[in-house]
Formats: sequence, structure tokens, C-alpha cells
Amino acid sequence: MRLRVNPIACTGHGSCADLLPELVSLDEWGYPLVADGAVPPELARRARRAVRDCPALALLLTADPEPGRR
Amino acid sequence: MTGLLARAGATPVTAPHGLPRLIPAGAGADPGLAAHLARLGPPAHSPAGAAPQAGPAIIAAAQAAGLTGRGGAAFPVHRKLRAVAAAGRPGRAVAVANGAESEPASGKDRSLLWLAPHLVLDGLQLAAEAVAAGRAVLYVHRDPDLARHLADALAHRAAAGCDRIATEVVQAPDRFLAGETSALASRVSGGPARPGFAEPPVYERGIGGRPTLVHNAETLAHLALTGRFGPGWFRAAGLPGEPGSMLCTVHRADGAGHVTEAALGTALAALLPGLGGPGRGEVQAVLCGGYHGTWLDPAVAAGLTLSRASLREAGAAPGAGVLAELPASRCGLAETARVARYLALESAGQCGPCFNGLPRMAAALAELAAPRPAPRAEADLRRWAGLVGGRGACHHPDGFVRFVASALGVFRDEVAGHARGRCRATDRAPFLPVPAPPATEADWS
Amino acid sequence: MSARESADLWYASRATGVVALVLLTLVLVLGVAVNRQGRLPGLPRFAATSLHRSVALLAVTFVAVHVGTAIADPFVSIGIAAAVVPFVSPYQPFWLGVGAVSVDLMLALIVTSLLRTRIGRRAWRGVHWLAYACWPAAAAHSIASGTDLRHGWLLDLGAGCVAATAAALAWRRRRTLRDAPPAQRAGPVLAAETRRRAAGAP
Repeated sequence: MRLRVNPIACTGHGSCADLLPELVSLDEWGYPLVADGAVPPELARRARRAVRDCPALALLLTADPEPGRR
Repeated sequence: MTGLLARAGATPVTAPHGLPRLIPAGAGADPGLAAHLARLGPPAHSPAGAAPQAGPAIIAAAQAAGLTGRGGAAFPVHRKLRAVAAAGRPGRAVAVANGAESEPASGKDRSLLWLAPHLVLDGLQLAAEAVAAGRAVLYVHRDPDLARHLADALAHRAAAGCDRIATEVVQAPDRFLAGETSALASRVSGGPARPGFAEPPVYERGIGGRPTLVHNAETLAHLALTGRFGPGWFRAAGLPGEPGSMLCTVHRADGAGHVTEAALGTALAALLPGLGGPGRGEVQAVLCGGYHGTWLDPAVAAGLTLSRASLREAGAAPGAGVLAELPASRCGLAETARVARYLALESAGQCGPCFNGLPRMAAALAELAAPRPAPRAEADLRRWAGLVGGRGACHHPDGFVRFVASALGVFRDEVAGHARGRCRATDRAPFLPVPAPPATEADWS
Repeated sequence: MSARESADLWYASRATGVVALVLLTLVLVLGVAVNRQGRLPGLPRFAATSLHRSVALLAVTFVAVHVGTAIADPFVSIGIAAAVVPFVSPYQPFWLGVGAVSVDLMLALIVTSLLRTRIGRRAWRGVHWLAYACWPAAAAHSIASGTDLRHGWLLDLGAGCVAATAAALAWRRRRTLRDAPPAQRAGPVLAAETRRRAAGAP
């Protein structure tokens, strides 16, 4: 399970960084910097909450184990 | 030599030997359909009214030939064909020839569409058959003359019953990102030519929600020839690991430019006269791969060949074949800053890191290109460069950073000189081509 | 039912109606705060989102009691259908109908918000704009259905709700870089940064 941001939908609200500080920090413009790699199982519930609570619906949990590139 | 369709009774045509393969030799060569068929023989794709060939045979030929994309990413053609073919029912897919090269310094696709349109259109038909597409599109930048030229070509094909699926021409705005795959899908679907968040990817859900195959126009031209003359013929040029030839747009230090076809593995020194021999002092740097490419030191460039393997060692890639010599009389930082400003303003403005980072970097670079920049200009530039990579929906931020970072390396002496208030340039006239940037939403559709 | 019990239901309906209006005003203000990325002092960024959601559910609860007690009260004939079907109530058909419109919109907002991860961003956003129709309908219903909000401290309360909403709308309409169409975002950033450097900013 990996955490991904849809950068087009993201408005830099920053809720994700508050809810999941272990995996998300904010850059100097307020946009999320998401840690690479799989979401640790102990953080899964909070990660799902962060996805649900993103005001822009820009945070996603994807199933792919490899970094997905276009 | 036989191609995929060795039609009984057809007169065998001699496959082109050596180069050029794509664009008929001689500026006066006739781009018309009759001349095209006389030179190359019948196409490999099925004509109107005939049953389509089996897709796997075409895909297998592309794989055997080792054909990779010529739009910049060099992705293996057969893998893309397979992915699209597997993504939907027969007749569902859309096949697109991407002739919107978007790169101001590149003219190869434009040349191909003017001088050998039927080769591109043959390739599009063959690719459409490979993925059992129900729709074929040729995507080009808005240009009334080219549109008329293509309409004529398509009319002749229709009259001759060449094609099973009629090719539609869709015009794109003159934007740097208009040729990006998801931007293309958006534009052809009726929206603006802006990249989208490609989840699911375009090959699965693209134009109108259908699986979409997008290939560069030149790639399809190579596919059309491979279809006629076979994978073995395609491999007769180039390298074992990187077979075939590619079109390059060469910009010489004296201001002249041309499009030429070169076999993979050709020495850069053979393509750029300023790199070897008497012209050596005239070239300050080489830009390889276009405005998302890499600046190279001429001494380094002189030892490289036109291949991914060789260029990778210098941190570069062939890209879409742009090779430009920067004359010694110019300021490399000023040229880079001009291009960076253009690239920043060509941001689609959708992703925060991109529309915040690129313009700020362009401003910092403009300061570095001026006399006595503030000491933190370079630090700012490097910090922002580390911040935007991989954080956009498309590769625009990544390409921008690659281009700018290579400039800071190759022109490091110039950076030091500017800090002391000195610039080596004796000619301030702009060298690299940079068009006017967009201003309004209407510029994106 | 005794007259006293009927009066109790009637007062309960009016009271919960007033509280619901105050809560709906708070929901709208919080919604604007989320959209404008306003930070509630001392609280983390997700507090506005969380509060907006919690207060919305609380408001709907009060609306449900408000409607339920009005239906249960035998003194005025308001049927169950009148709660969601506008303009069918024999009692004050128009202004009660406006209230029913507000309830319908509230239901649409709540249901789509509960399912927002499933229906997609565009659909959710499209329906959520109806919030700007829902509040005025609730406010109009509140003011016109009875005389409570026209006197004394309840008048001040009602005026406060209207003022708060007006202020929230003004805040919502303030243009930031994000509100500009995408084609006009990079340009201003470049211009501002160039100016900043020219001014010799540290």
C-alpha cells in the first residue's frame, strides 16, 4: 500500500501533514512531500483517515508495490 | 526482402539501402501518394475493405526489430502495442500519431509530415491494426498550411482506398506540453491540451475513456518501413542494442540548422561540425536532447555517440534528437535563463510545486545571468531544484531541473565570472529559438 | 395529547429550529474556512475540516428534531411528507416548503459527503455548491415561518447569523493565486519573484 498525491487536485491544504506527520511533510509553498515506500501497517488506519479527510480528495492509497510512473 | 504482407504477384521493391530511410533524398522529392508507393511499394497494412491482419504478427515484428519510440522516451514500441491491445475489446482502442513535437528547437516531425506524410500515415494504419483500433488520429500543431497539405494527402488515400480506418486530424495549440501523452488525450477528447493525472494510464483509459495508443510520428514512419521490409532490414542500421536510425534537428554555431537522419551510434562529432577539426574553438557547449535535455562540455560531447548507452554516461539522452552548438560568443547562462523563463511560463499551472517552483527558479536564473547576482541566487535555485522533481503530474518539472542543473555545471566558470561582474559574451543576440509564451486560457485549447 | 404537551412540542420545534440555524451558519463559515485554508487559531490544519463535518452532523440532528416535533404536534397539520416535499403542507405551505427545500439540499450534501471517496471529486464538488442555496433557504424559512426571529434577542441572533454568512461569503470570494485559471498562475509568480529580487530582498 503506497500513499500518492494527485498533484493536480491538491490545493496545498495540509491536512495530510497534520494527520500523518510520519509520512507527509509540507514544502515551503504548503504542498505535500510524501515519503517513498510502503505505508507501515501501524499507520494504515491513519493513512486511510488522511485520504478520507483530504478536502480536495487529492490523497490516494494505491495497491502497487512499485513506484508507479506514467 | 519480404515484409509482413508478401502479396502474390506484387513487384518486389528494393528496400532503401543506407540512409536516408524516412525522407526521400533530394529537396524536390515528391511527397505525394503515387511517388511514395512507387518508391517504397505497397504498404504493410490492410487496405480499405480488407480484413485486418492479426495484431500479434505486427507486434512481433516490432519486437524483433527492436524499435523504440522516437518522441524522446525511447520506450519499446512492442510493449506499448501489447499494453493497448490487451486493454480492451477489438475496435475499442484509439491509435494516435503524435506529430505535435512542441519542442521549439525540434523540426523533425514537421519535416516528416511535410516531406513524407504517407509514411507516417502508413505507420498509423499499421499500428491501428496491431491494437485493433476503431479510430485513428493524427495530432498536429495548429498550422493552416500543414492542415491543407495533410487534408490533400488524406483525400488521395481515401480515393485510392488505402486505409481501413479514416484518419482524423486534430489540431493542438502551440504549447510546450501539448504533445504530452495525457495532454494529447485531453485535447483529442475535446478539452484543453493540459496534462492530466494519468491514473489509470492513458493506454488503459485515454481518449473518450478508451484504451489509447500514442506514438510519435517518426516512430510510426519507422514502423511502416519495418512492416514493408522486415525487422532484419530495420536492424541493418544502428547498433545491436539500439538498432535503426533517428531524425535529428541540428543547430550549428553559425546559425544554420537542418534536420538530418543518422544511424544510432553515429559520433556526435560527425553530426556537429564544431566538435571536431577547425571549428573547435567556435563551440562553447552542446545542448543534447532539447529543452528538457542536457548541456554538455564540447570536449565531452566530442567523445560521445548518438545512443542512449553512450549519452547516459554523460548524464544525457538522445531525447527527440535535438543537437545544438552554442557559439563561443554567447553567454550560456543568458541563453539558459531565456529558455527557462519560457519553460516556466509554459507550465500548465495545475500542480503547486510546478507553478510555484519553476517561475521562481527562472527568476533566480535570470539573476545569475545578470551582472553581480545576489549570493543566495544560486542557493535558492539549487534548493528549489531539489524540491520540484517528480512532484508534478507530468515530467515538465523534472525536465526543467535537468536542463537547468546541467547549465549550472557546464557554465560554472560563467557563474563565477558573473559574480565578479564579468561576462564572456560578445554577442547578446538570442541564439536558441524561444517562442512567445501563453497568456490566457484560450491559448491552451 | 393535552394542550400543554402540544405546546411543549411547539416550543421544542421553535427552539431546535433556532439552534439549527445557528449551527448551519457555523457549518457554512467552517466550510469557507476549509476552502480558503484558514487556520483556526491554536488548532491543527485538519481541525476546520473535522469541525465542519461534526457541526454539520449536529446541525442535521437538530433539524431532524425540529421537523419531528413540528410533525408530531397536533396543533398544526404538518404531515411527514411536508418535511421533504416542498409546498404540500396545509400550514404555511410556501415558507414551510422553503424549509423542505433546505432539508432536501441538506440530505444531498450529507449523502454525497458520506460517499465522497466513491463518487469522485467532480460529482462531490458539483453537489456541494448547493450549500450556497441550502443556507439561504433555511434562513428564509426561519425568518418567515414564525415571528420568533423578528423581536428581541432572537432578532439579534438572526441578524448575527446573516452577518456571519455575509462575512464568510466575502472571504470566499477573495482571490488568491489558486483561484486564477491555470494559464494565469505561473506568470504572477515569475513577476513577483523578479520584483522581489530586484528590490534586493534578503
